[in-house]
Amino acid sequence: MKKVQPLIFELSSPGRKGYSLPALDVPDVPVESLVPKGELRQVPPDLPEVGEVDIVRHYTKLSQLNHGVDIGFYPLGSCTMKYSPKVNEQVSRLPGFAYAHPYQPEKASQGILQLMYEMEQYLAEIGGVSRVSLQPAAGAHGEYTGLLIIKAYHKKNGQKRTKVIIPDSAHGTNPASSVMAGFDIVNVKSNERGGVDLEDLTRVMSEDVAALMLTNPNTLGLFDENIHKIAEIVHAKGGLLYYDGANANAIMGWSRPADAGFDVVHFNLHKTFSTPHGGGGPGSGPVGVVEHLVPFLPVPTVDYDGKKYFLNYDHPDSIGKVKGYYGNFGVVVKAYTYVRALGPDGLKKASEDAVLNANYIMRNILEYYDLPYNRHCKHEFVAAPFRIMKATGVKTLDIAKRLLDHGVHPPTVYFPLIVHEALMIEPTETESKESLDYFIDALNSIAKEAYENPEIAKTAPHDTVVGRLDESGAVRKFNPRWRREA
Amino acid sequence: MKYTPHTDADRKAMLQSIGVKSVEELFADIPKEVAFTRRLAVPEAMSELELQKHLGNLAAKNADATSHVCFLGGGTYDHFIPAVVDHVISRSEFYTAYTPYQPEVSQAVLQTIYEYQTLICELTGMDVSNASMYDGASAVAEAAIMARATTGRNKILISKSVHPEYRQTLATYNLGLEMETVEMPLKNGTTDTEAVKKLLDGKTAGVIVQSPNFFGAIETPRALVDAVHAAGALLVVIADPISLGLLEAPGNYGADIVMGEGQALGNPMSYGGPHLGFFATREKMARRMAGRIVGATVDNRGQRGFVLTLQTREQHIRREKATSNICSNEALNALAAGVYLTTLGKQGIREVAELCVKKAHYAAKKVVATGKFKLAFNAPFFKEFTVKGAFCPCKVQDELLKHNILGALDVGHWYPELANHLSFAVTEKRSKQEIDELASVLEGVQ
Repeated sequence: MKKVQPLIFELSSPGRKGYSLPALDVPDVPVESLVPKGELRQVPPDLPEVGEVDIVRHYTKLSQLNHGVDIGFYPLGSCTMKYSPKVNEQVSRLPGFAYAHPYQPEKASQGILQLMYEMEQYLAEIGGVSRVSLQPAAGAHGEYTGLLIIKAYHKKNGQKRTKVIIPDSAHGTNPASSVMAGFDIVNVKSNERGGVDLEDLTRVMSEDVAALMLTNPNTLGLFDENIHKIAEIVHAKGGLLYYDGANANAIMGWSRPADAGFDVVHFNLHKTFSTPHGGGGPGSGPVGVVEHLVPFLPVPTVDYDGKKYFLNYDHPDSIGKVKGYYGNFGVVVKAYTYVRALGPDGLKKASEDAVLNANYIMRNILEYYDLPYNRHCKHEFVAAPFRIMKATGVKTLDIAKRLLDHGVHPPTVYFPLIVHEALMIEPTETESKESLDYFIDALNSIAKEAYENPEIAKTAPHDTVVGRLDESGAVRKFNPRWRREA
Repeated sequence: MKYTPHTDADRKAMLQSIGVKSVEELFADIPKEVAFTRRLAVPEAMSELELQKHLGNLAAKNADATSHVCFLGGGTYDHFIPAVVDHVISRSEFYTAYTPYQPEVSQAVLQTIYEYQTLICELTGMDVSNASMYDGASAVAEAAIMARATTGRNKILISKSVHPEYRQTLATYNLGLEMETVEMPLKNGTTDTEAVKKLLDGKTAGVIVQSPNFFGAIETPRALVDAVHAAGALLVVIADPISLGLLEAPGNYGADIVMGEGQALGNPMSYGGPHLGFFATREKMARRMAGRIVGATVDNRGQRGFVLTLQTREQHIRREKATSNICSNEALNALAAGVYLTTLGKQGIREVAELCVKKAHYAAKKVVATGKFKLAFNAPFFKEFTVKGAFCPCKVQDELLKHNILGALDVGHWYPELANHLSFAVTEKRSKQEIDELASVLEGVQ
């Protein structure tokens, strides 16, 4: 029986220890003689005092309260919750990777640098770009890096462009990254096919525009059929095209962003390249650019002189650094292993099956669910329960919560914003037909149940360790930390 | 090796169900002009065994802290990691989940973040912590953004003793943020507090200092508190979390934001990432803080539960009005940090800090006793110290490497005025024998 667990602080007992450290083996001196007395801590931090077995049980019991890809289906749209291969975890823990210090000599880091150099080449090939920096730590971080590169490029050309165009269907990170990069946002509408409205784009495109940010396929899971025309419109006025790679799992080996006119591309290694999402990170968001933007990439680049790999800081036009060291290397190792496991055909097949799976689910839930954009989708699609809602009052949130009782993670809900009551479903390629059928049955049975007894969904979930939580209460009575009762 | 389970029969049945003849039909919306028609030029697929061998070969080409003795620091440290830490973060219930958007099936991630936030608050002397940021460097930029948002001012003072890569990162972020950044001068390897007081003015949003700083020296940020607050600015202290077992928590002497690199808390060095940035502040400023925050609440059955809270700060709700663009953070690294702090506990964190400070001082003494190096500054230090010699740092590094030692960080790489300055980090992992060996190799450097 799964139960709510006490906090680790509530298990603490004064004097108990769960660690062992070696005894001091150098001559002992009082700390007061090493550190000025005024700098010494007066009251120790109130950390828990627990034994090792209690620690292990605490986290093990807690872990059982969580859903993960290894437990069940996780069709969270735009997050690409594909299976994370175990060999990736194994090799990333090899001491030669995990225990390497970022400032150790290059000659003692040749395997690491080779891996980074090769990974850059693979990503450049998949994206069609000239060079890639592995430095950004996440997708949004890649966006920010890409936008700074765009800004630096325009500045170098003597242009002050102040605007970034973003479709109304875009991820929230796009406008947030643009504002951080010092740009004003201009929205562009979607057309009735779910793509960018060309007329509206022509209207808002001007010589003040630094870039258009686009996710393709977009958050509706639709490939923009006019992408080459979009690129023409933007380039004609001197703007650049930014590719948000959140949805790149649909296109590996089928279409390359740079071939479609994109100038800057980021990839989410934790989505497309199978590295685990870690409960919210670490991710990795490499950013790639076409030839004329290469000088602006972050430093260092990893270069090869024919004999050895080295870190190259000699890029006078570089934007500098967006994080310490060279990126989330441990994540890059896993993504590298994934690319080497799949090879050219496997990567293409992964995208193919991701698209197949999404279309299969989409076509098998239409008896009850509605499609705002009825086209073949790519790796994900957006549905909505318009008929169910009208007839029973059961909303997207209720359906999502009822799915929890079926042991699957709900899709992304209420996003993209341009679809009311959106259910954004991304199955990924690693799910079997049986797993997809189970989900289809779950969605359809929830719909049927809604017509018979809507209260079940409205009060769901019923089988989870906690029920619906008071989120507004969490804001009103803000409680972000435990405190010992006085 | 592939991870797609479909058989040909599955694919056929699915295509039929969709109502198309081939999978190509599903890709027909990709215009011919932009379709990719050749094979990707990446190496051919490998089996799992081949992968293990290939990656094993690449890994074996590198030095690491198991094959070598590590005295390198500069923000990344070779601390002991209890076995429990990797055991917990290897549970796939944690590592194969994502951001806890559905709290009913995410209580493990949520509760462990809540515990992590509490541990960071305890360590730093603060009221509220976020769920983590990318790393120490990017968290500095987020601190600057928060100082600007809180004060409505646009100038940041940052000490020259702050990790050079953190300052570089802030400078890069500034290409977008367009804040005025002024570097605070140094005196004897620490921030010249008197000079800083003169730099403070009505435009200053925040003052950023690091203690222990990049050279290892313990600074006195408390000497700045009154002046910074009198100027209406925020004091940001970048702290080494291990040092807070021994040194006063910046929150206890008046810092407004305490943040830093959390790698030392149970995370392997991983050639510089993934690490985590920890970030804590006062409750009244919580709404200006970037990053996810978990809060306690109750469910409809009256049980305690945890949710993501204050989400109206975040990009997925507020878009261009968000406090930051951050979405994915370093949750699994924060989990490792939480397990680490839980395992060491109240006594262990003090013990680790004491071992570090005592061993570092023993090492400094031994290094100076070689007669080849002098301490560069006479400021007190914690686990890292900077020395000055008459040799090219690369020569010292090479000599150490021959003896399977990683050390002698070249401080002059970032500070041209400090040519031939080297730093050494000494954690609780370094034994007396290893320190003596370091000194004996340094003695032989010609």
